[in-house]
Order: sequence, then structure tokens, then C-alpha cells
Amino acid sequence: MNGSAEQVLRIAPSRGWVGLKLNELWQYRELLFFLTWRDIKVRYRQTVLGVLWAIMVPVVSTVLFTVVFARMANVDSDNRPYPLFTLAALLPWGFFAAALAQCANSVAQSSHLMSKVYFPRLIAPLAAVLGGLPDFIVAFGVFVVATIVYLVKGDLSPDVLPGMNLLLLPVFVIMTIMAALGTGLWLAGLSAKYRDVKHAVPFLIQAWLFMTPVVYSANEITPSYRTLIGLNPMIGVVEGFRWALLDIPPNVPTILLSAVVAVVMLVTGAFFFRRVEKGFADHL
Amino acid sequence: MPITSDPAPAARGLGTTDAATSAIEIHGIGKRYQITTAVRPVYDRLGESLIRGFRRLFGTPGDGAVNSKIIWALKNVDLSIQRGDVVGLIGRNGAGKSTLLKILSRITDPTEGYALMRGRVGSLLEVGTGFHPDLTGIENIFMNGAILGMRRAEVRRKLDEIIAFAEIEKFAQTPVKFYSSGMYVRLAFSVAAHNEPDVLLVDEVLAVGDAAFQQKCLGKLGEVASHGRTVVFVSHSMSAITRLCNRGVVLEAGAIHFDGSVNDAARRYNELVFGGDQSAGGRLPHVLYQEGTPDHHDFAITRIELLTTSSQPMPVVHTWDDLVLRFHFRARQHVRRGGIHIELRTAEGNKVLELSTQPIANVPMAITPGEHHADLRIRRLPLAAGDYLLSAGLVIPKVEWLWQMPDLAGLTVHPRDIYDSGLPPALPSTAVAVDHEWRI
Repeated sequence: MNGSAEQVLRIAPSRGWVGLKLNELWQYRELLFFLTWRDIKVRYRQTVLGVLWAIMVPVVSTVLFTVVFARMANVDSDNRPYPLFTLAALLPWGFFAAALAQCANSVAQSSHLMSKVYFPRLIAPLAAVLGGLPDFIVAFGVFVVATIVYLVKGDLSPDVLPGMNLLLLPVFVIMTIMAALGTGLWLAGLSAKYRDVKHAVPFLIQAWLFMTPVVYSANEITPSYRTLIGLNPMIGVVEGFRWALLDIPPNVPTILLSAVVAVVMLVTGAFFFRRVEKGFADHL
Repeated sequence: MPITSDPAPAARGLGTTDAATSAIEIHGIGKRYQITTAVRPVYDRLGESLIRGFRRLFGTPGDGAVNSKIIWALKNVDLSIQRGDVVGLIGRNGAGKSTLLKILSRITDPTEGYALMRGRVGSLLEVGTGFHPDLTGIENIFMNGAILGMRRAEVRRKLDEIIAFAEIEKFAQTPVKFYSSGMYVRLAFSVAAHNEPDVLLVDEVLAVGDAAFQQKCLGKLGEVASHGRTVVFVSHSMSAITRLCNRGVVLEAGAIHFDGSVNDAARRYNELVFGGDQSAGGRLPHVLYQEGTPDHHDFAITRIELLTTSSQPMPVVHTWDDLVLRFHFRARQHVRRGGIHIELRTAEGNKVLELSTQPIANVPMAITPGEHHADLRIRRLPLAAGDYLLSAGLVIPKVEWLWQMPDLAGLTVHPRDIYDSGLPPALPSTAVAVDHEWRI
């Protein structure tokens, strides 16, 4: 890299909308890797349970939801064991909620870095979202174990095991990342100027959980809105996960609408973030 | 020997510099900040803000007014820096040095103008950016290296060298939260020093750490410069600037005040510091230093007064006067073994005096949280007439700086004909005024 004298950098005021500079993002991939790695590495330091937390969170949530919604409220679970039914939705939801919270907070979190050194600012929210993936993988392991247990016990019929639709799972994982990153970029962009964001995010996530069929079935939503609810990208994601993991037939238009919304959120979020990022160092 | 550059202002203004050799070209750069201060207490209650919110909603003027002030931190700065130049950016606090460095480092956008930079740019505005206390020394080296734009392979290749330079061989696998602050700074600087950009931008990063390591760092910076790389160096320390740089640029109130050889720049800065004392109308003549807006540091010297031995303000000092320097300082933490350290230098950067509670005077001093002052009583000030620059700091003796501000004040010693010869001792012929006699 040294002696690359031909490389000329031009520094000038930028106004309005600017490009995403994805090539520069690629050049800084090692920083993205290290920031993500640092977040993961530090997350469970100084905790007694350590990585066990990544197992505890989905397990305890599933048990709680099962007791409250299946036993007490008798929520319909599309003829699947309720714990598997809800855990299949908790996988993307848990990842989404954690990634969104981290992403919205990423600018404030790395304010120190941003006021002292240059790097493509998009790296910070990106690292925040990717840092949630290991927990997601652990939770996925929990789901696999739970499924095997239910099969052995005979509570789950082998007929409802997914077939080729399981191959679509990565698509829905990517959709989750896009939804979390898209929403998170909007919030992170706003957070530098408006500290309100930090206080609003927990409520937003809570409200979003109620609006997403994690504890209940998407089929319980009034049929006339059945496709329109896909405007909440997490509904498409949850339907997709239940389809891929438990072979629950989805409403495909809902999923397609969700996918479109996730892409739109991501693209607009990224451009919005790039537009406001030049003010970060002055506001932080 | 440093090569004297020829930054003829006319040539720079016309932009006639050879594009092939200039590493940095700055054209009409300006940076505007809008400072908004709401006219209301910082901590207010929810009820009050709700009422204010309603009033604003219904357009009641008057309450919740906002003062908006526009400040140009930099205005119309033109500068061309040749490849291999080592430029010292000099200026008082708030003169715009750091803003210029931040613009060149792409941390903040200029409001107007543009700059061109050729080659790989590395900036070191702070040591240890991105260090995480829970990560080990080695992990932080990789982390910090990535932040500074070094490739992983490059860091791996230089790892042993970085560790050796920082003198932390035994603790490389220890989380840095267990490091002493000296070790921490050494490691952080070591990583940065082994980054090898074509253009290196360095802010006042050596203000912490022990003196021996500061010397080592300066040596390393000098080495970087001797390899034909371009360095822009911001420092309050005139001796560091004159040692390292071949060219000095003095910034004042957001504009270039002087640009030329480093020794001339040091002199101009010196004039500025002393001239400023008179122009700053609010400050009393016996107050050598007064903190501006309080900063976030845990320790700071807030005010330095010049007093007579009976604690009266002393506006003028002559050779051989008895005097008291009163250091007001603020601390937010407890330090069991603390101290005050001062130095006096001439404009050329030659140290003429170094005093400290410890180890020099061996007077123990505990620092407790709060505002305090300490008096330094000097009998028969042995300085010849002339202008001196005072540096002062709070220290843990022989360990580290708690707070340090080089050249924070000027001290003018007025002539006194102590030898009754009509020739009072004065700079530059002598710095010390010795009580002596001849026997013939």
C-alpha cells in the first residue's frame, strides 16, 4: 500500500444526498471484521454464565411464552407443539430486536471513534448488526435440539418436517438482517442529533413484538388484511421461518411484500445515514 | 539538519506549486460552527419542559429562546505542503489547529474550500483510539491497527516490533485494563508509530506519558520524517516542534498568521502569546494564566497568579525580585502522591528552569478532589531580563503527567541594574542573573 502516490484524496464540503461508496466499505472490511469481533468478544466478559446467556434467552422466553400463551390463553399454534412454534419465530425476532437496538445505538456507542478517526461510518451500524449473528446461531442450535427432542418424544410428526423449503432459510435470515439494518440505519442517523432515539427504541421494539406474530399465528389476523400486514417486514420473516422450519404454509404475497419493504428500508436507510453522517463529528 | 523550505506566500496564493511534489494542498478551507445555547437550565424538570413545549406549540414567544452564534473556526486557509516536509502547526488554544487536522483527517467536513492529499494518509489525533479495556494487549494492537487503516498481515509482521517498542513484552496477553496508564500510552503510541502512511497527521498526543518515553516517541516521529514522509504535527511544545520540524505555520483566530522557517514561527508564536496578554482586556496583569472554558479533564491548573511575598498582586517582575507563583488547580480524583511541575524556557526553546514539588524540592503533596491552590515562593528570581515561556502541569512524580500544558503562559522579566553598571543582565546574552563579585 505504501508509495501509492497516485492515490489522490479530495476533501471538500458535501451537500445533500451522496453515494454509498460501497467500494470503500469493501476496503475497510478488516475494520468491520475487527469491530464485530470485538463486540462479540467483549459481550459476555465478566458474566458468570458467559455464552450460556445465548442459550438462556431463547429457552427462557420460549418457556414463558408457552406458559402464558399456550397454557393460560390457549393460543392456536397451527397444529405444531407451541414451544417449537414460538421458538421458530423467536429465532429471527430475538436477532432482529437485539440487532436493531445495537444498530440504533451504534453511532452513540462509537462516538469516541468517530470523533478521532476516519472510517466509512456505515461500518459502525453494520458491525452492530453482524455482531448479533453468533447468538442467532446458538439459538438455532437450541431449536434443532428441541425439534429432535419433540420427534423422539413423538409430539412432533415427521410429516411436518421441512423439505426443500428449508433451503429458503438463508433468504429469510438475510431478510432479517436487511430489516434490522434498514430500520437501525434510520434510527442511528437520527440518534446523533436527537437523543430521544435512545429512549424510544425499547418501546418501539416492544410495540413491534406485539405487531408481529411471534406468540400467535399469522393466520389469526383478519383475512382482508392478510397480505397488507406484510408491510411489517418481520411478519414476512416470521412466516418464512415457520414455513422453512415447521412447514407451516405461508401466505406468499405477504412474504414478497415484506421482502420489498425490507429492501426499501435498507436502501433508504443507507442513503439517509450517508446524508446525515457528516454531521456526526460535530454533534457528538 | 532540517532543510529550510521556501513557502513564499505569493507563490502559494497563486497555486503555482508543482503538483507532483506537493503532498497536501489546501485551498480556501473554512469551517463554520453554529453554537446554539438554549436559554434555560441544563437540568430541568419534565413538567417545565412540557409547559414550554405547549407554549411553543401555541406560538408563545419569549420562553425557550435559543441563542445562536456562528463561529468560523477556520477561514480562507491556503497552504501547500511538499512531500517530505515536516510542518509544525502552532497556535494558541482555539486557533484552529485541531479543526484543520480534523478536516484533513476527514473526521469533519469543511464548510468551504477544498484540499487535496496525495498518498496514504494516517492520522493520530489521539493515542489508543478504539482500545478496549477487556481485550489483551495483542488483541488491542490488531484492533487499533485496523482502526488506523493497517492491514492484518502488516500488523502481524510488525507485532514483535510494536510490543518491543512499547516495552510490554511480559504483559502482551494481559487485558489492558490492568495496565498502568504509562504502559497503556506506550502501547497505543507504538501501534500508531508503526503505521507507515505517506502523510502523517499528529495532534498533541505526547502530552501524556513519562518524559523518557516522550523522547522515544519524538525520536520515532523524526525517523518517520527522515524517510521522506510528510508529517503535520500539532503541539504546544515549542521544543518538540523546533526539534522535529523544518517549517512552522502559526495559526491565529482561524487564519494563517505566519508561515516560514520553524525558528521564525516559534518567535512569532512567542510574540503572539505575550501580545495576547495585553490585548485580552479582561485579564489582570498579574494573572499569568486563566483557564478558558473548563474541560472534561479530571485534573487541571485553572489559574496562575503572580504575587508579592505578602500575597499582593504583582503586575511587574524584575530580576532578583522575591515573588510567589500561585497555582490554582482543580481535581476530581484523589491522588495520594501528587505534585506540581513547572518549566521555564526561552523563546528558542532552551530550558532555563525546572522546578517541582517532587522530586526536585522533595515536598510531599496529596491532591484531593476540589479546587485548591499551591504557592511557589522564589527568592531573588535569578533570571535575566527577557521573555520566558512557562509550562506547568500536575504530576504523579516520576510516574506520569496528570495534566500538562506546555507554554501556557508568558513571563516577562524586566531589567534591573543589579550590578550597578548600567548593564542589567538580559536575554539573549544571558538567561541567569548570578549574584557575584570580582576580586582583583
